[in-house]
Amino acid sequence: MKLTLWTYEGPPHVGAMRVATGMKGLHYVLHAPQGDTYADLLFTMIERRNHRPPVSYTSFQARDLGADTADLFKATAREAHARFKPQAMLVGASCTAELIQDDPGGLAEALDLPCPVIPLELPSYSRKENFGADETFHQLVRALVKPMPRTAEVTANLLGATGLGFRHRDDVTEVTRLLALMGIKVNVAAPMGASPADIARMGQAHFNVLLYPETGEGAARWLEKHCGQLWTKIVPIGVGATRDFIHEVAGLAGVSPKVDESGLRLPWWSASVDSTYLTGKRVFIFGDATHSMAAARIAATEIGFEVVGLGCYNREFARPMRAAAKAYGLEALITDDYLEVEQAIAAAAPEMILGTQMERHIGKRLGIPCAVISAPVHVQDFPARYSPQMGFEGANVIFDSWIHPLVMGLEEHLLTMFREDFEFHDEAGASHHGGKADLREINAAPAEVVEAAPETAQAVAPVEMPVAAGEPVWTADAERELRKIPFFVRGKAKRNTEKYAVERGVMTISKDTLYEAKAHYAR
Amino acid sequence: MSLDLPAKGCRETPVLKERGQREVFCGLTSIVWLHRKMQDAFFLVVGSRTCAHLLQAAAGVMIFAEPRFGTAILEEKDLAGLADANTELDREVARLLERRPDIRQLFLVGSCPSEVIKLDLHRAAERLSAIHAPHVRVLNFTGSGIETTFTQGEDACLAAMVPSLPATQARELLVVGALPDVVEDQMVDLLAKLGIGPVRILPAHRSAETPAVGPNTVFALVQPFLGDTHAALVRRGARHIPAPFPFGEEGTTAWLRAVADEFGVSRDHFEAVTTAPRARAQKAVAAHAETLRDKTLFFFPDSQLEIPLARFLARECGMRPLEVGTPYLHKELVGPDLDLLPEGPVLSEGQDVELQLDRQAAAAPDLTVCGLGLANPLEARGFTTKWAIELVFTPVHFYEQAGDLAGLFSRPLRRKALLKGGAA
Repeated sequence: MKLTLWTYEGPPHVGAMRVATGMKGLHYVLHAPQGDTYADLLFTMIERRNHRPPVSYTSFQARDLGADTADLFKATAREAHARFKPQAMLVGASCTAELIQDDPGGLAEALDLPCPVIPLELPSYSRKENFGADETFHQLVRALVKPMPRTAEVTANLLGATGLGFRHRDDVTEVTRLLALMGIKVNVAAPMGASPADIARMGQAHFNVLLYPETGEGAARWLEKHCGQLWTKIVPIGVGATRDFIHEVAGLAGVSPKVDESGLRLPWWSASVDSTYLTGKRVFIFGDATHSMAAARIAATEIGFEVVGLGCYNREFARPMRAAAKAYGLEALITDDYLEVEQAIAAAAPEMILGTQMERHIGKRLGIPCAVISAPVHVQDFPARYSPQMGFEGANVIFDSWIHPLVMGLEEHLLTMFREDFEFHDEAGASHHGGKADLREINAAPAEVVEAAPETAQAVAPVEMPVAAGEPVWTADAERELRKIPFFVRGKAKRNTEKYAVERGVMTISKDTLYEAKAHYAR
Repeated sequence: MSLDLPAKGCRETPVLKERGQREVFCGLTSIVWLHRKMQDAFFLVVGSRTCAHLLQAAAGVMIFAEPRFGTAILEEKDLAGLADANTELDREVARLLERRPDIRQLFLVGSCPSEVIKLDLHRAAERLSAIHAPHVRVLNFTGSGIETTFTQGEDACLAAMVPSLPATQARELLVVGALPDVVEDQMVDLLAKLGIGPVRILPAHRSAETPAVGPNTVFALVQPFLGDTHAALVRRGARHIPAPFPFGEEGTTAWLRAVADEFGVSRDHFEAVTTAPRARAQKAVAAHAETLRDKTLFFFPDSQLEIPLARFLARECGMRPLEVGTPYLHKELVGPDLDLLPEGPVLSEGQDVELQLDRQAAAAPDLTVCGLGLANPLEARGFTTKWAIELVFTPVHFYEQAGDLAGLFSRPLRRKALLKGGAA
């Protein structure tokens, strides 16, 4: 039993729904109690889908448990087939139905429906949403793909895009355009956008492009084994990764890796002098493994940030994640407990967070700007405009969306210079963000005048900040000085100073300690 | 009560009972408002990852002041042995209470999986109460989808509290049902002006304010979904004051009148207290009724508020209900509303969503009230919808909210008229 307040991933049958909802001509019959239909709203509200997910629920109730829930399942499956006439059907159980062991696969088989029926075994008490999506796609491919001759022209399948995926809609479009630049056509993009009939002809592609290892790797491995299709290991998120991906694809397809980069703006946007202020900004990165690892590479080598924390919530990818973190001299944070993530972020005191909707909230609580790089995401992360993460346009989008939450470069300098200005102070927030204007009272005396007391014994007393035993104590004077440091670097200054003090056995941090630490850590 | 009754109401209308796929929330969803209402309570769902995910999705935008609810997620090893599950539960509760010393009431909330594996949360609550008394009282109720629909979670929670309410011989008014704070204050103020008191409220904001109950308690419900709580209070000797529910000017007046009659408030005094807010409510509703008049209306089942709301929309806003679907129809509780609702609409209880969608398409109503899973798909087919969950997350009771309540229904129609862009 594990106490959970918020979860990064839903149960595995929600992963199956993401596959089914992304597809056409497929129907999913889910043995589940009333209430499990909540999952429909993830798609109709968060993703703003204009169709109901193609899912029929048995909605069994307590009074059915003594009677025959199996009959209820069979009736539901039969009626769903008659009403929706799908090309293929998925059948499975949610967590509660798993406990009553009705065997939806066996029951559906006995119905002898005139379409392929694919049973799903998704263990709800040990696995989660991404596993459910990956396994569902894998089973679909296993059941429907037929070996067939390769297409005359070079084609590839795009694997892994699902309903409710972070920017999947636009990534598929962007990677399709990128492949077109290399003279490669897309055979089938699946699961999202595909029908069971499309899945059936996946075997004619020359190779596979795995967009999202979290939801497509099982299918990629199966297709390699049974259709001899090699698959790409590089996910094209970021400039470097996109270029590496192009080379990988060129190798697989036997085409030239030279592509037109004229739409790519990130490198110049990053090199132009306005971006100098981004140098060495400390970022904490957390999300699914694929997006987090890609974000770390972009942060470190394309924007010039310093990666101070890196991790993922999907344990299945712990190994590559640990290796990636090691390259930045970090220990990967692998957890699905958001309180643990919050603690790690608070301890690292980064200047920016790149994360999920959870980290956005953590950032809000800690006063740290955050950009979203990975699912799970809210309705505002399904934008109306084209905004991929992959390919060259994806890199452009990432530059914009990561920079937006930060205070702009010159503004940052002005805040440092005139931090006591009543209408332009660091607590007012970045000037291009609305809704935070919090003007100080014009006539309020500056803090210095009110607290003009010299450094007396009283002033040395610990102030406000909670102090654990054995940790150094800030003098009032030093703390006042700390407050003058703009908020976006204050966390770092505090942390560095305390570290400096502890290392030298200094138990009282004075103004001098603060500036000695600053000199020590100067870069 | 001097209400203008229709020639024929809906009390005797035959009810279309359906069962099939239900596009509704389970009772766990009630926690989303209960945990804010009861400020020293924590709701610990003993369930699966699905339960945790539901609460997160239903809460919409997550409440990032640390929520006073959580899910103890059952894992494979908990399913293997119930003794271990109990040990695990005790450990998680101890850890939780240590971290949250402000918690005085802990609700263990049963879920579909905990019910199916027959994890006895009642005994667990007794055991944990003994361990953590007197600082924390531990109660249990079920919010499982196999037993409860949406607002029934609140009913189950309040009903679970009733047996442990202290006993009293005092003649008191007990108002039952969670209301938004602003509405509760307005109600208390109105009752005070009428000279009715003392007034107690269930659920109370804090456990120290927990009401008592006894043979001289009379109680009024402000929510129509409190059937089990009603029964539990009657078992404690309390007497129910039947009334239409306080939605709209008419509903609020009828509700207050029933309570005032019980406490012997004179007609003149009643008029003196209610005339001004009645006029305000009528004026506020009238502004929206212009949009709503003669529009047809179709309710999918959701919160059990459907019957009283249909009554309000038909009588005060001039709408024409075609079908009023509700998860459960408690005639004992909504009878006075059924008497007032003019005959005509189909009344349906339970759901087979595909068949109901067929009826909705055939009826082609001007406004469809439905859950979040159906709203956008219906909009995409050209229907105008009102998502029902807003009705339980918005202050809508009593006089000062009557206009807002009408506004929830008129806004989608006004919006449809404003937008010229078309939609796919």
